[in-house]
Amino acid sequence: MSAAPAEMPVLRVEHLTMRFGGLVAVDDVSFEVRRGEITALIGPNGAGKTTVFNCITGFYKPSEGMITLTQTNGRRYLLERLDDHVINAKAGVARTFQNIRLFPGMTVLENLMVAQHQMLTKGPARALGSLIGLSAYRRAEQNAVDLAASWLERVGLTARADQAAGDLPYGDQRRLEIARAMCTRPELLCLDEPAAGLNARESDELNGLLRSICAEENTAILLIEHDMSVVMQISDHVVVLDHGSVIADGPPSKVQNDEHVIAAYLGVPDEEVEAVEKEVGG
Amino acid sequence: MEPPVREKPRLVPALIDAALAAGLAFLLFCLVLGVRTVDGVRGLTLEPRPVLLAVVVGIVFIGRLALNLFWWDRDWRFPKLPFTGRSEKATGARAAGDIYRIGLILIGLAAVFPLLGLVLNNVFGANLPLLYLIDLSILVLTYVMLGWGLNIVVGLAGLLDLGYVAFYAVGAYTFGILATTFGWSFWMCLPLAGILAAFWGIILGFPVLRLRGDYLAIVTLAFGEIIRVVLQNWTELTGGPNGISNIPEPTFFGLEFAFRGDNTFHQFFGLPYDPVYGSIWLYYIIFMLALITNVVTLRLRRLPIGRAWEALREDEIACRSLGINTTLTKLSAFATGALFGGFAGSFFAARQSFISPESFTFIESAIILSIVVLGGMGSQLGVAIAAVVMIGGFEALRHTDSLQLIFGAGFDPTLYRMLFFGLAMVAIMVWRPRGLVSTRQPSVTLHKDAGAISGDLVSEGRG
Amino acid sequence: MEYFLQQLINGIALGSIYGLIAIGYTMVYGIIGMINFAHGDVFMVGAFIALISFLGLMAIGVTFVPLALILVLVVAMLLTSAWGWTIERVAYRPLRSSFRLAPLITAIGMSIALQNFMQVAQGARVKPLQPVITGGFEMFEGDNFAVTLSNIQILIVLTTIILMAVFWLIIDRTPLGRSLRACEQDRMMAALCGVNVDRTISLTFVMGAALAAVAGLLYLLYYGVIDFFIGFIAGIKAFTAAVLGGIGSLPGAMLGGLIIGLIETFWSAYFTIEYKDVAAFSMLALVLIFFPSGLLGRPEVEKV
Repeated sequence: MSAAPAEMPVLRVEHLTMRFGGLVAVDDVSFEVRRGEITALIGPNGAGKTTVFNCITGFYKPSEGMITLTQTNGRRYLLERLDDHVINAKAGVARTFQNIRLFPGMTVLENLMVAQHQMLTKGPARALGSLIGLSAYRRAEQNAVDLAASWLERVGLTARADQAAGDLPYGDQRRLEIARAMCTRPELLCLDEPAAGLNARESDELNGLLRSICAEENTAILLIEHDMSVVMQISDHVVVLDHGSVIADGPPSKVQNDEHVIAAYLGVPDEEVEAVEKEVGG
Repeated sequence: MEPPVREKPRLVPALIDAALAAGLAFLLFCLVLGVRTVDGVRGLTLEPRPVLLAVVVGIVFIGRLALNLFWWDRDWRFPKLPFTGRSEKATGARAAGDIYRIGLILIGLAAVFPLLGLVLNNVFGANLPLLYLIDLSILVLTYVMLGWGLNIVVGLAGLLDLGYVAFYAVGAYTFGILATTFGWSFWMCLPLAGILAAFWGIILGFPVLRLRGDYLAIVTLAFGEIIRVVLQNWTELTGGPNGISNIPEPTFFGLEFAFRGDNTFHQFFGLPYDPVYGSIWLYYIIFMLALITNVVTLRLRRLPIGRAWEALREDEIACRSLGINTTLTKLSAFATGALFGGFAGSFFAARQSFISPESFTFIESAIILSIVVLGGMGSQLGVAIAAVVMIGGFEALRHTDSLQLIFGAGFDPTLYRMLFFGLAMVAIMVWRPRGLVSTRQPSVTLHKDAGAISGDLVSEGRG
Repeated sequence: MEYFLQQLINGIALGSIYGLIAIGYTMVYGIIGMINFAHGDVFMVGAFIALISFLGLMAIGVTFVPLALILVLVVAMLLTSAWGWTIERVAYRPLRSSFRLAPLITAIGMSIALQNFMQVAQGARVKPLQPVITGGFEMFEGDNFAVTLSNIQILIVLTTIILMAVFWLIIDRTPLGRSLRACEQDRMMAALCGVNVDRTISLTFVMGAALAAVAGLLYLLYYGVIDFFIGFIAGIKAFTAAVLGGIGSLPGAMLGGLIIGLIETFWSAYFTIEYKDVAAFSMLALVLIFFPSGLLGRPEVEKV
């Protein structure tokens, strides 16, 4: 297959719908995430953002819709049909979690090594050879350690490499989770509220990290975020959800001034937006 | 400065509290201990035992009083045990090395102990009860191996298996049936026993894949019971409650350990017959098997599969998000644990020469699980120590001469052994819920002086 | 057909006894997430207390059956509740904040201790009781087989229904029940709202033990003979029933109990008696494959 043109979106979500019993959490949502860009998925609480995430990353099976992932080499995967671990292992989608899911009893380094499980067990020869200590396996393991070390360097956790992940301060844990996700060499990185609980300085560092990942690793980023400063500063593309539907989709500047978005955040019904804007002078 | 005044022991509240405790004890024991049901001519009659009741209530009263006055809220503390503290970052590195060294020393001791005993007895004329000691050690080593096998499932992968005895049984019966039906030798049957047990491990694994925590536990327990009932009733294959007898013992490269015969061990080496030789051979077999279990486990821990097991225990959802197929991970944990259980089982059959479903009850699974938990989940050394303490302690309870002195000649401690055992389990878990060795060694480190991880941080898995 | 009906009646009676024990398991699991392994042996202790009470009353000369029943019921419930309370305080409460496996091991140790205590205290032989409740009704006949409904079976089912109703009332309408439900959902929050969590948990154990005592009494009357080992097997089955019905659900526990009782009875009647336990356990495995949270259980949704 020929390499995909640069504009081919990494992720294309089409008519995604998720129903839980009688409740429609996500209603006919469509958007794209393009390579080399950071896309932010925002919206008031309960808008369905994490549900969309869980559908993309395989933790829920969507009720309707199609989610296509196109890799750099042109291969395509239909994510709505795949199991969560396959989505990571084959399609190359990695994620972080709203409530941080590290392996607390394992060290920082071990967390990153677990992430490279796929690389270390590819091929029966390597798997069996690992048991006896064949050099092919040992080389692969050294490569894995090196990759882990380079990511530790990048997120500033080298000194803590052998500490238990559960012992880390909150900001470090968040960065570790991102580093761990990146160790799976993903095409698409999905971040669920990566800036939650971070102070201003840490948010800035996070912005820098995400920007560099996007530029250097050829990994597209999709993130859910409430922190508007992060969203506005680093995203190239913003998708706004409210009550399960997309109400705005475009570059941050355009979305920021969209009246429906403002209404949603203010909690005001659409019809009254103009009146409120006049009042507020916006 | 005045020295701090110690409050007068709170005698009155302590007395009241002890009295309440004694009253509760009276309530609990008045019927079930205070009277005894005796078989009479026309059914049961009751025989009151007021003295016993009074003694027990009295012990509760005094014990509680002593606890109130001298134990709780005490000023003094026990000295700390090594490598069992919390967050010992500074001493972590030392702890890691310590465990390794202690382990090596213990292995070395275990390796030479029978030969040493033999030399002491035969050359120096010491009169050690060598046969007894070696038999006891064989028993302990068998449980150590079982503990290590279960440790893979429960300690590393965090899957609560309450039916581990099933794999032990499969291994034992595989060897028993093949040996008595086809005459295959121990060494031929050993790998088969393991493979068959591993196969059943996978079979067990399938239905429990989606189950969490205690649901997993009850199904594994059910599995263990199913196997036992099948063994008891499928008489054509397993001999039913009568079991299988005359299982041959393993030979020493073709030499048998019998008293008579043309190809016996003692004849070949020109030694007088001594049953110790056979026992020592068995000892080294189980020692080798246990050692292999240990080495393989330690090796697997450093490999992706072992790390995947531990990651599964820590957080299954995170595992899946990293591309790990948790189904395969769970099944491989069950299979590997079962494999070693099967090996241990076939050894058990060889050593006993007779097996029956009685040896494979739920209590065995419970004992093995207790060894793993008591040892400190995931710790090889801890499991070994726990096995020695529990099984050795249990055996020691048999040694009654001293106890008879205290309680009088009519005291038959075999009746009380299991009772003490149960109470001891309760006491030990209340005292050290995290087990003896509560630190975890990382499987790979970046820096040289990395330490161990405190047990508080390690998850126990949700199945 | 008549044979079938008879087995149905027998199965319901047996299942009710399992259900009463299962409620104890499910309540404790629901509130502190722990499998109380010793619960089956609490049932056994209850049966022994009932036995000894009966023997005692007969020795004194109380022979009026309803009076004896009531006295024995009260004594058994009281004393067995004391056992349940004590076990919780001594073995489980110190470990409550500890990790999940420690209380399980303690419970196993407690179970072993209780069984052997009873063996030592009362002897290992089976203990029979002369029939206290006899007689029954012959429902109808057909094919030379009479379907009988014995009085004890009626008593079992009636008692179970009454107790279920009482418990439902307690849990649904009383402050204690509210505390219980609150603790089940979120212990810390309940404590912050002023619920005495320790006392609620203790009372849960007490109630479970009381029900187990009733089950013990009914078992004694139904089978006429007990020994120190009945707790183990009945306990496993009752726990299976609780899981089958959905752990944490009271009606689930009773439903599970009935199902297990029916499977056991029908299997023994129509197939072989030796494998009846296997049938019950296999049913459990099958159900859990399709309903991982049991039949009436609330699926534990893990928030991602």
